[in-house]
Amino acid sequence: MDFGTFLVQCLNAVQYGLLLFLVASGLTLIFGIMGVINLAHGSFYMIGAYLAFSLAPLFGDNFILMLLAGVVLTAALGYVLEWAFFSYLYQRDHLQQVLMTYGLILVFEELRSILIGNDVHGVPLPAWLGGSFALGDLMSYPWYRIFASVACIVVAVALYYVVNRTRLGMMVRAGASNRDMVRGLGIDIRRLYRIVFAAGVALAALAGMIAAPMSSVYPNMGASVLIICFVVVVIGGIGSITGALVAALLVGFVDTFGKVFFAELSGVGIYVLMAVILIWRPEGLMGKKA
Amino acid sequence: MNRLSSFLPLACAVVLAIAGPLLSPYAGDFVVKVMILSIFALSLQLLVGMTGLVSLGHAAFYGIGAYATVLASGKDGGSIAWLLPLAMACAAGYALVVGALSLRTRGVYFIMVTLAFAQMAFFVFHDTDVGGGSDGIYLYVRPVLGALDMENRLTQFYVVLAALVFTYALLVLIGRSRFGAALAGIRVNEQRMRAAGFPVYGYKLAAFVIAGALAGLAGFLLAARDGVVNPELLSWHNSGDVLLMIILGGLGRLRGAVIGAACFTVLKEVLATQSFVGPLADHWQLTLGLAIIVFVALLPKGIIGLAERLSPRA
Repeated sequence: MDFGTFLVQCLNAVQYGLLLFLVASGLTLIFGIMGVINLAHGSFYMIGAYLAFSLAPLFGDNFILMLLAGVVLTAALGYVLEWAFFSYLYQRDHLQQVLMTYGLILVFEELRSILIGNDVHGVPLPAWLGGSFALGDLMSYPWYRIFASVACIVVAVALYYVVNRTRLGMMVRAGASNRDMVRGLGIDIRRLYRIVFAAGVALAALAGMIAAPMSSVYPNMGASVLIICFVVVVIGGIGSITGALVAALLVGFVDTFGKVFFAELSGVGIYVLMAVILIWRPEGLMGKKA
Repeated sequence: MNRLSSFLPLACAVVLAIAGPLLSPYAGDFVVKVMILSIFALSLQLLVGMTGLVSLGHAAFYGIGAYATVLASGKDGGSIAWLLPLAMACAAGYALVVGALSLRTRGVYFIMVTLAFAQMAFFVFHDTDVGGGSDGIYLYVRPVLGALDMENRLTQFYVVLAALVFTYALLVLIGRSRFGAALAGIRVNEQRMRAAGFPVYGYKLAAFVIAGALAGLAGFLLAARDGVVNPELLSWHNSGDVLLMIILGGLGRLRGAVIGAACFTVLKEVLATQSFVGPLADHWQLTLGLAIIVFVALLPKGIIGLAERLSPRA
């Protein structure tokens, strides 16, 4: 492998890892704070991607505007879903959370099939993000992938800022470590939950929208992302956003280079990584010891 | 539980054994399907209901049992006498590896890790050529044993019934044994069991491997019945469905797994049949999903819980 190819693969790995981070951070946020295991999280990624497919003709070249519109729409969806379904799950055990969110997946997939159908659709790139730049003598790299990475980094930094530097973030962190104390201090925990859930949904959907022009949209795209995100969360440690970032990049690299070196068994690589982490640190890289 | 009710499973088995030859081909086939799924659900009941381990990757062992059967049969077929133990051993072997790793975690982690390792097995069969890729492979000759030929519909029926009775009896015995009591202790309070000096990890791993082997048994029967296997057997939808069955029936009760398997299969059949639900039949996933949500909201203890609430207790 020459240097140009290596560089391209590295960029791909980082870009894929960052995208995974967006989905996984929502998952880990929802679990860390509300204690709900949400199987339907992959469906939100799928909803985001199909939203990009449906909105792209309306917005044309205003890609950023479309992303913002999508985030607002899906955050609203998350707010309603939390109120309608998830708020009943906090007192239940994990088994029932698994079941109800499994039911939601079936509903979302079927609604997708009724509304849009089961075909694979491409999503057009905005013109100003099309094209690619030269990398070395032989290789080139598409601008859109650079844009995707930058967008993910911006979101990650914003997330870090909100969680660690704002009053809302303080309440979120406090809620994660001691729910009852936060309630005792007079903070409306139900509203806080609703906001966190809406944010998690919007993060997953945003990742889906960003991914759509690269991966096209297809049935069951949510399920595969969900399971990879579980791997990310297990490696990183539940509830840790930094852990999710490190783990997502790790998974990105293992998956991308696995495809280069062991084409046929590439799907197995990240699970082997997970097995190694489980032997070494069962609580995850950044998880707290139980 | 009164005396009459504890004989109910035995009575059901006897009724099935007598009814076997009388059923129409369609009904017989349907009953065989339900019985195989019952074995699969029972094997998960050992983990979830009896030990308190929520596994979301149980379909892997089912699928591996089925694949092992077809791959080992080859073009000439094989004898039940070695195919069946082989299928169960393969499933148990993978369960040993997955269990050893995933039991290092607990709770939500355990759910995610079991799901991930099942998905790994799914990818191996889906992406590589070991099992014919995404199309799966056909079983050329169904397993035989002396005069028993799984090609024969009635033989199939009785072999599956015998396997179900065996599984049920085995789990009843486990439930009454010291081992079963230790598993129940782990479910209720793992910390205390550890403090009392029980090797908790070993007990859980043993339960995981037994459950995997029994799922492999169900996989063997499925391969022998269908004559074809494909990666969908290992898919996480299958793991979700079987979890749903035991919760639908009633958690922690053996008969709950059987009732759940029967109800789930009937429900799926009804929701996908045009004459029952009209045009909604094409969208059975939607109605099934809504049914699951309503069910979780209203019947957290399963159908058995409902039956016990309705019947006046003596």
